[in-house]
Amino acid sequence: MSVLLYLIPIALILGFVGLFAFLWSMKSGQYDDLDGSANRILIDDDQDDENSLEN
Amino acid sequence: MERQSLSNQQDTDCEIKAGFENLVHKNVDGHQELFILIGGVHCAGCIQKIESTLAKEQDIQKARLNFSTRRLSIGWKGDKARANVFVDLIENLGYSVKPYDPKTERDDTEKQDRFLLLCLGVAGFAMGNIMLLSMGLWISTGETMGHATREFLHLIAAVIGVPAVMFSGRPFFRSAAKALRHGHTNMDVPISLALILATSMSFWETFNGGEHVYFDSAVMLVFFLLIGRYLDFKARKNARSTATDLVSTLSGFAVVFEGGKAKRIPIRDLRENMIVQVAAGASFPVDGILFEGATSVDTSLVTGETVPREICKDDKIYAGTLNISQSVKIRVEKAAEDSMLADVVRLMEKAEQSQASYVRLADRAAKLYTPIVHTLALGAFLGWLFLCGVDWQEALLIAVTVLIITCPCALGLAVPVTQVLATGRLMKNGILLKSGDALERLSKIDLVVFDKTGTLTLGKPILFGEYDDHVLQKAASLASHSAHPLSKSILQSFNGELLDIKNVQELAGKGLQAELERKVIKLGSRNWCGGSINSNKEDFMELWFREEGQEPIRFTLKDQLREDSSNLVQALKDSGLKTILLSGDIQNVVQQVASKISINEMYSEKTPPEKYQILESYRNKSHCILMVGDGLNDAPAMAYADVSMAPGTAIDMAQNAADIIFMGDKIMPVFETYQTARLSQKLVKQNFALAILYNICVIPIALAGLVTPMIAAIAMSGSSLIVIANSFRIKWNS
Repeated sequence: MSVLLYLIPIALILGFVGLFAFLWSMKSGQYDDLDGSANRILIDDDQDDENSLEN
Repeated sequence: MERQSLSNQQDTDCEIKAGFENLVHKNVDGHQELFILIGGVHCAGCIQKIESTLAKEQDIQKARLNFSTRRLSIGWKGDKARANVFVDLIENLGYSVKPYDPKTERDDTEKQDRFLLLCLGVAGFAMGNIMLLSMGLWISTGETMGHATREFLHLIAAVIGVPAVMFSGRPFFRSAAKALRHGHTNMDVPISLALILATSMSFWETFNGGEHVYFDSAVMLVFFLLIGRYLDFKARKNARSTATDLVSTLSGFAVVFEGGKAKRIPIRDLRENMIVQVAAGASFPVDGILFEGATSVDTSLVTGETVPREICKDDKIYAGTLNISQSVKIRVEKAAEDSMLADVVRLMEKAEQSQASYVRLADRAAKLYTPIVHTLALGAFLGWLFLCGVDWQEALLIAVTVLIITCPCALGLAVPVTQVLATGRLMKNGILLKSGDALERLSKIDLVVFDKTGTLTLGKPILFGEYDDHVLQKAASLASHSAHPLSKSILQSFNGELLDIKNVQELAGKGLQAELERKVIKLGSRNWCGGSINSNKEDFMELWFREEGQEPIRFTLKDQLREDSSNLVQALKDSGLKTILLSGDIQNVVQQVASKISINEMYSEKTPPEKYQILESYRNKSHCILMVGDGLNDAPAMAYADVSMAPGTAIDMAQNAADIIFMGDKIMPVFETYQTARLSQKLVKQNFALAILYNICVIPIALAGLVTPMIAAIAMSGSSLIVIANSFRIKWNS
């Protein structure tokens, strides 16, 4: 069972990575406008990147 | 003289548009930032139009439209006054712009949303990781897994589980604490109790080398309950309180003339005897008397009258009505807070208070449920402890199991899931449901009250009859220079190319006049154009066209009924509902409409307070009322009714007062929503039955001590899934 000594921490670290990813996505506002994100896929992005903006 | 007034109007238009620079603030990066509300956004194309138009401006750093809240945030470097330019750009695209006042907007629901999501995420993480560890614990026995390993796994589970429960259980703990402080219990009290007991017991066991710990159960409990809580929260969009309506009607600016000079001041600061300039196309901000100029006023949103009123000096004007033809000056009679508009809003506040007594089905179930659960759990604990003589750990374990297995997960999901699904289905048909409660109340109605103008009718006059193409072309070209609703309809009904006519004059009370090919052409009232006096049927509106040297021609316009109105009334009657028509318009018109679509009872020429009183009298006879309306005059009655609906073309205030908003030109959505409400109520009752049945089956087993908390948690989740699956049946019945 000594393999558990490093397997469990690895599992936990992976879990934490997932949690931080979720927290980051929440803080960066990705859950604030779910309807908008759904609709934005329909926008045609024919223009150059010069015209696009950072959020 | 017309020329002068035009340039004055332009000056004041510029002044009126300015003012947004006051709302700009500097954000942390040192950029200027502005938040505004955009009206008229309904699809991805709108998002793209607005954002790309702003992106073309060189100094813009950020332009992002939040589709869910209709809030546009703009960031740029440089001058604050650029804000007005940006606002102009958006308005020229055809969208309306309103200042965003954080005090009136629901910032707190956004915070709550994030809070619940955060708790949900942490609970999910904890559940996944603890389960990982628990798998080993479940499949092992004393022989296959040594003491030390088991305690090690327990310890890790504890390290993850205890903080997770403390963090993610906060929504339940807070709600339970609040209820207890007021001396009663709610559904969250047994939940909190179960969580705290399970966690502390497991914690104790961990440090005493115990055999079983139940962190996995506790965290799984929290996770599923939070899902239900989050769905419930999403389904319950808060209806805006009328306090915000009053603030929003008072926010915004008006142009006041003092000592001959124009000055912009906030509407709420307007006082008696001030002279206010109101531009063409703007609505009157306060009650007043016409001081200078003459114009036509669209009172449809206030009285429901379809024909605009001509007003001249010393005529009364009411706040909320729309100034159509020319810029005029009015003398303020009452401050904004005392205007009829404000009275209407106060009436709505009064109506809202009478609503507060409705208790949701779920809450009523909770009142019954919690005492029973607590008694059972306590009984189990004491019973096993004293009657069966086991040690307190086991007795406590059984009590916790009882708490968990009777857990109101299914009850907590029964209503919200059905409502979320119903909301989604309605939304596909262009019907916006503001809160799930509305569905419950809608399923109980026995009386439907309709407003006429804008609700049963389309609210805009439509040209009727056959006309010569050339005549129509000339008339439409003239009409394009006016904002009068009748002119607009003539313009809309003409599909060809418009002639370019210069020097069009709009004469108040008369009409439009211009010169074309050396002949004078006129579009306007009967007398001015020389039309003959023949019998005018009451529900026709008319506009006369006269070309010099020709006979005057009459255009007839009608505010058309929505094409499916009689079908709707029939469908409602077939379902056993009574229908009433309640309008501010004159009797003849209302009578005609009522008989055409066979509505049994009608009331005409009713003012907003009278509409409210009529509804009150029906309520006192214990009717449950659905009110469908669209204007200012309907808003108090709509707020008072048990349930209200408004078309998408309704004014803001009516849309705020309404529980349900339907888009499009058809009125059948009223019936569709009613059917969905009945179906969803049926499913909710089935869900409750399933939940109770489940409880009756499992409680004896738990009491007998045959269930571990783990199994209890799984069973509880299983019942939740069954309830959710049952709710999906709403999608099958079309």
